[in-house]
Amino acid sequence: MADLAAYRAVLASRIRAQRSYRTSFVLDLASSLLVGFVELAEVWVVFHAVTELGGLDLAAVVLVFGLADLAFSLADLSFGHCDTLPTYLRAGTLDVFYLRPQPLLLQLITSDISLRRLARAVVGAAALGVGLAVNDVAWSLASVALIVLALVSGIATFAAMFVWAAGAQFYLIDGAEATNAFVYGGRYAATQPASVWSRPLVVVFGFFFPMAFTAYLPVVTLLGLPGPEWMPTWLGWCAPVAALWAWVLALLTWRAGVRHYQGGGG
Amino acid sequence: MITPTIGPIIETHDLGRDFRVRDGLRRRTVVAVDRLSIRVEPGEAVGYIGANGAGKSTTIKLLTGILMPTRGTVATCGLRPMADRRRLAREVGVVFGQRTQLWWDLPVRDSLRLLASIHALGRVAERERTDELVERLELAEFLGTPVRQLSLGQRMRAEVAAALLHSPRLVILDEPTIGLDVLSKQRLREFLIAERSRHGTTLLLTTHDMGDVERLCDRILLVDRGSLVYDGTLAGLSRTVGAERVLVVDLAEPTPDLADVPDTRHLGSEAGGMRQRLAFDPESTTAARVLASLSDRAELVDLAVEEPEIEEIVRRIYASRR
Repeated sequence: MADLAAYRAVLASRIRAQRSYRTSFVLDLASSLLVGFVELAEVWVVFHAVTELGGLDLAAVVLVFGLADLAFSLADLSFGHCDTLPTYLRAGTLDVFYLRPQPLLLQLITSDISLRRLARAVVGAAALGVGLAVNDVAWSLASVALIVLALVSGIATFAAMFVWAAGAQFYLIDGAEATNAFVYGGRYAATQPASVWSRPLVVVFGFFFPMAFTAYLPVVTLLGLPGPEWMPTWLGWCAPVAALWAWVLALLTWRAGVRHYQGGGG
Repeated sequence: MITPTIGPIIETHDLGRDFRVRDGLRRRTVVAVDRLSIRVEPGEAVGYIGANGAGKSTTIKLLTGILMPTRGTVATCGLRPMADRRRLAREVGVVFGQRTQLWWDLPVRDSLRLLASIHALGRVAERERTDELVERLELAEFLGTPVRQLSLGQRMRAEVAAALLHSPRLVILDEPTIGLDVLSKQRLREFLIAERSRHGTTLLLTTHDMGDVERLCDRILLVDRGSLVYDGTLAGLSRTVGAERVLVVDLAEPTPDLADVPDTRHLGSEAGGMRQRLAFDPESTTAARVLASLSDRAELVDLAVEEPEIEEIVRRIYASRR
């Protein structure tokens, strides 16, 4: 438990440091909020042209968006810092982590926290709230459980994506662009109904990186909608399995990456 | 607490590490460390020297569990660096001259506090050790200053405090005095000497600075292209390559070349013979004796003794091997 105190001390100091630059912190929050709303507005724009997207109406798509966006923002808040690994690799700062008595990955995750990402979570939470209110949800213990399960698994799945991306950085030089395509592409895909995805997208984000399980499939199950023929509706309950798979993938990639590491700097 | 092992602090057997590097389209293997067998006992102070790219940093990374060996075995503080990395971290402190383990936007005090939590020091141990380091490294004046605002000399002292806060048994310093002014270097060396005599800390340092080696190390390991080529004292090393010292004298008036001073070699004259340079071998004579014979021949105004540069000694050893 001594380790826990160590992570907490580092994180607390990072939070203090961010709050001490008040103006820039407020600006950061505001811009994150704006970006979040722009993305939500995109959903609106699409539904000006159509009344249904992949078997989902606007209300259902807002629910998908809210669920995926909230899960992603919370994962980003706690694990998004993994994407600074290339900087650490180049500067040789990662070597310093090796000299401390904590696991490398946990040190990396807890080395910083971006509070401005809280603003994104607010947008996601708002969309989720609206989505749950406007849809005809048959409220029961099971539906609540499904939503909680989907949210927790979604956070875990997105977090695994960050860890996977970090592990891949050990192999790639300036590979952040490549992995971002999957992390942020995956996030975007997750906010859309998977039924409109093209076949390659289904393979990549339906199964390999299980993005469809973070929001679309649970929503289809929750609302009792007919899903696409390649996915039975009970699949929405399998979000934890998808999260587990994502973590297996992430940890294997991370472990291989650490072994591949050739030491930073001189 | 883990009981200290009785055996050596560092022990390697035929240790080797290769790197796969991309060379255009082909991949080739670079041998960074090869057949390195060294043994360092507790309490020793060892200078690990060699040219850039000789494998010094790679060795440090092998010793601390940052890199996996390609061949051979390594034990640091009786532990396997890779497998026991987290236990080893409590026994070893590393100072990198060129990378920081402090938080750049936090005051030094906060960085030390964080490191105390990271190493799970008890409240009492933390206070005692912090006070000791603050006093002996003279950190008090900038304890509240964010690290990014420190001068290089101040930052280096803070780095040393950070690496030594958990009272490691082995302290590895990678170019600790690089870029420091004379006074800062001297302070740092004095601190390390005191730390060693107080706590019996084992020191391993890589350096390009002869002063570091002379003042701090009683043993030298010299590496060339990843392999150990010398293990012994500095005096012994100078002896092997016949490193000469150079006496530079300023004379009262222009004097013809002083080519006949016993046991010296005249290297050159400047300013019409007002400044002359004489090389002598410390094995066969002393600076005092050379001065005595000089003052019979000319009136001295000023003098300086040039030590052999570490690079020069290394160059000669390397040259004799090729």
